[in-house]
Amino acid sequence: MMDKVWLVPFLPLAAFVLISFVVKRHKMASALTAIAAIGASFVISVGIAREALAGGLTMEKTVELGVQWIGLPGVFIEMGALIDPLTVIMLLVVTFISLLIFIYSVGYMHDDPGFSRYFSYLAFFTFSMLGLVISNNYLQMYVFWELVGLSSYLLIGFWYHKNSAADANKKAFITNRVADFGFLLGILVLFGYFGTFNFGELAACIRGCAETGFLTLAGILVFLGPVGKSGQFPLHVWLPDAMEGPTPVSALIHAATMVAAGVYLLARGYILFASSATTMLVIAVTGGFTALFAASIALVQRDMKRILAYSTLSQLGYMVLAMGVGSMTAGMFHLTTHAFFKALMFLCAGSVIHALHEQDIMKMGGLSREMKTTTATMVIGGLAIAGIPPLAGFWSKDEILSAVYENGPGIFGYNVLYVMAALTAFLTAFYMFRMIFLAFFGEKRSEHHPHESPPVMTMPLVVLAFFAVTSGLLGAPFVEHGFSSMVYFGEPHHPETNWTVMWTSVLLGIGGIVLAWLIYIRKAIPAESIARAFPRIYKVLENKYYIDDLYLWLFDHVVLRVAAAFNWSDRNLVDGTAHAIADGTRGLGRVLRYLQTGNLQVYALVIFAAVVFIALFAAAPVIGGVR
Amino acid sequence: MININHYLLLSALLFSIGLFGALSKKNAVAILLCIELMLNAININLVAFTRYLQPGDITGQVFAVFVIVVAAAEIALALAIVIAVYRRRETIAIENLDWLKW
Repeated sequence: MMDKVWLVPFLPLAAFVLISFVVKRHKMASALTAIAAIGASFVISVGIAREALAGGLTMEKTVELGVQWIGLPGVFIEMGALIDPLTVIMLLVVTFISLLIFIYSVGYMHDDPGFSRYFSYLAFFTFSMLGLVISNNYLQMYVFWELVGLSSYLLIGFWYHKNSAADANKKAFITNRVADFGFLLGILVLFGYFGTFNFGELAACIRGCAETGFLTLAGILVFLGPVGKSGQFPLHVWLPDAMEGPTPVSALIHAATMVAAGVYLLARGYILFASSATTMLVIAVTGGFTALFAASIALVQRDMKRILAYSTLSQLGYMVLAMGVGSMTAGMFHLTTHAFFKALMFLCAGSVIHALHEQDIMKMGGLSREMKTTTATMVIGGLAIAGIPPLAGFWSKDEILSAVYENGPGIFGYNVLYVMAALTAFLTAFYMFRMIFLAFFGEKRSEHHPHESPPVMTMPLVVLAFFAVTSGLLGAPFVEHGFSSMVYFGEPHHPETNWTVMWTSVLLGIGGIVLAWLIYIRKAIPAESIARAFPRIYKVLENKYYIDDLYLWLFDHVVLRVAAAFNWSDRNLVDGTAHAIADGTRGLGRVLRYLQTGNLQVYALVIFAAVVFIALFAAAPVIGGVR
Repeated sequence: MININHYLLLSALLFSIGLFGALSKKNAVAILLCIELMLNAININLVAFTRYLQPGDITGQVFAVFVIVVAAAEIALALAIVIAVYRRRETIAIENLDWLKW
């Protein structure tokens, strides 16, 4: 099955082509084509996983297939697939969650006029994402990286007649462009120095390279890619606006898979980052800061999808933080569990939005009575993200916190990153349950009468809830051959239990939930009084630390001014040169035309004179004439 | 005796006279006459070379016959053009035929 790995991305591509050109008019046929393609990709991925387990595939003993694409002297570019446990886990996660979300979308997008177009875009996205996952070299991964960005653009702006959606998809694409510029520079720098794009060959080169300065530069440049794609500070601004797209899209792309591509790149190219302590410090600090930063903004948001978006940013910060302190395993493990429970929570939010046509949690309430399945699965998701054992989020978050506790770089002598991560855990539990309590419990604040979603939408919720509960057992400390013995950097290891960290995180999680319950259910401390007590902090958080306004100001005053300068130079210097050449030619012509006297005999005289000159020149030995 | 140099000198003189006439005459027919003179000077030159340098050969004479034929054809054509121009412009003074002037 492993030699058929190229089918995994190409079946969704075939579905995209089929839907766009053949079956566009039949809605159900489009949906079924897409679901069939992703289902087949999932089956192939499961087959590959089985072969991997049976054949003893490890991070060192990998399977690589490739064909030459461009072969010039000095430049060898291939198209290939690399299969190792990291690939296998990503393939399973992406195909499985995509399949569930495709099925869910049949119910969610039922009345939308762009139904077929939606499924064609989703198929294109899965093609790009799966191609990214199996890539064996940086250049091919970059191509798919951009394609994923394009799919995101198309899907965020799915309802393109809405101005907010059109603005949001432009913002996403441009922000990612800035990041990808750095990423491309990093790839080219690596190619220029080592002469290859291939991950395996680069790993061998980097291991033998002693120039830490160069490796730091390359590492930081390549890290800029994940900064944009995975929404790290300061390029996080596009993700909350990306919620303009349909909710299943937000679940698939901006929670489970595409934004995880940045983390996946960090894992794939881990040896580059691990080779320099500076790069690791930059990565860890960026991740830790993003986690706390995003969690703080989520505290005061009112839109359900925005809260989930900031939550995604925060959890991505956790994953990047884990990568930065040396535990690639913890980062990938959290990626897996987060994919399940975040997709679950987004789909539950979609269920609510589908029922109420409302996204403001202040206008919801008391949904638990009518929407039992949605409430139950949303609560399971919330418990998972808060890190309550034995749900999945506990195991993965705990592994990250242990890694930060033990390997966290000391800044001013204190493990600042651990404190930030722990505080984020508390805030996560709090804001998530604030959302759940306000939306699902308490008294009804909306006029709409909610109804439970149809089974085509609730079935994926139940399946994802199951995995949100159980997927943690993949990497739990008491499992013999768990996650950390398959996906690792360096050598396979067994996670140890750090009881201090574990008890702290559980207590923080429970504490957050209890505080949310006190404020929003028991109303022991009214939320408004807290807001009134700290008005300035509240305003800063509500305006997302004014980062968007800063960027807009920078754009107006810096970027547009630079553009005006270039415009001036284009009009006056470049066009001026062209005009000067034309005017010069015309002027020369005006002078030379007097040669045309019209008198035949003058022309004949000129010919005669020329013949004489030629004869003289030919006869002069000095110029090489006849002797 | 009379050797090749005399003939070559004669030919050169005739050619120069013809060239001077072609470049300075006003009348178009006179220019054509001078061109004929130049061509005949060439003929003398060719025959002289064959007669003195390769006595058995008749290459030069054959070439001269070619030149005569070509000259005849060309003069016929040139006179036709001159007549056509005269019909349009009522003049064949070269200095008045200057429409290609700037």
